[in-house]
Amino acid sequence: MPKVHDRGGWPNEDPIDQSEHEMEEWERKVDALNGVLGDLGLKTSDQLRRAIESMDLATYESLAYYEKWTAAMEMLLVEQGVMTTAEIDAKMETLKQGQA
Amino acid sequence: MADNGHSHGDNAEYYALRAEAIQALLIEKGVCTMDDIMTMADKIDSRSPADGAKVLAHAWVDPEYKARLLADAESALLELGYDLPETAPKLTVLENTDDVHNMAVCTLCSCYPRAIIGRPPAWYKGLAYRSRVVVDPRGVLQEFGTELDEDVQVRVIDSSADYRYLVLPKRPAGTEGMSEEDLAKLITQESMIGVGLALTPEQVSAS
Repeated sequence: MPKVHDRGGWPNEDPIDQSEHEMEEWERKVDALNGVLGDLGLKTSDQLRRAIESMDLATYESLAYYEKWTAAMEMLLVEQGVMTTAEIDAKMETLKQGQA
Repeated sequence: MADNGHSHGDNAEYYALRAEAIQALLIEKGVCTMDDIMTMADKIDSRSPADGAKVLAHAWVDPEYKARLLADAESALLELGYDLPETAPKLTVLENTDDVHNMAVCTLCSCYPRAIIGRPPAWYKGLAYRSRVVVDPRGVLQEFGTELDEDVQVRVIDSSADYRYLVLPKRPAGTEGMSEEDLAKLITQESMIGVGLALTPEQVSAS
């Protein structure tokens, strides 16, 4: 079997879902952050792809586009020591409490 | 099912918050500012299929420009004021003719000529298009309502992180007297990917 991302010719009989959706603001920011991190030299397209392509099949297929990007950017930032997973978890908790 | 790339449900809520946390940490640590992120978002928003359509309509009316665009897209774009970033992947324009119809895909992910026509449509990033177009391009064309003569050769071009493709659709018949501006309205996002043809003037006036 080819790797999880290598989809050309992968058995698939699903119709192509041509519906478009308005981008959510968080997705727009993730899209932009990818560009900002690129300009800062904190990631390249190849690195982002490598991170996305390292996902297991179930994760790859269940995450939407910018969800994959978020997970991949986290992987690269943690690898490079810019932040830790624990810091992100803690910040998420703080944000959650702010929302409540 | 996330096949058209649409984020929804619990996953979306989790990742939206996770992304916010990552951004907040980057800002706290002085890596970047929210202003950097929003400036980049605006810059990305500023490119749309209309930009590509403008360039390709110019190629329809000026054969010498078309030759330059097909030979060296980056320089030809610069002539029209589109200065692609140094870091943008190499862009090639593929011409559709009476004999050959080109379609672009990124089977590995979502590589797309963003620097000139903006973000890809959701279906371009979805698994169905990426899997199927290389096996059954005519079936995919049909699904988009595009019929080609049997003797037209269909070429599917796979994009990559380093190479991006923009399709120059065939100029429809009966458009000889039209202005460049009106011609540009015939060139859709789908026609620049190759899943569609340029619209006819009748289709535009009916819409």
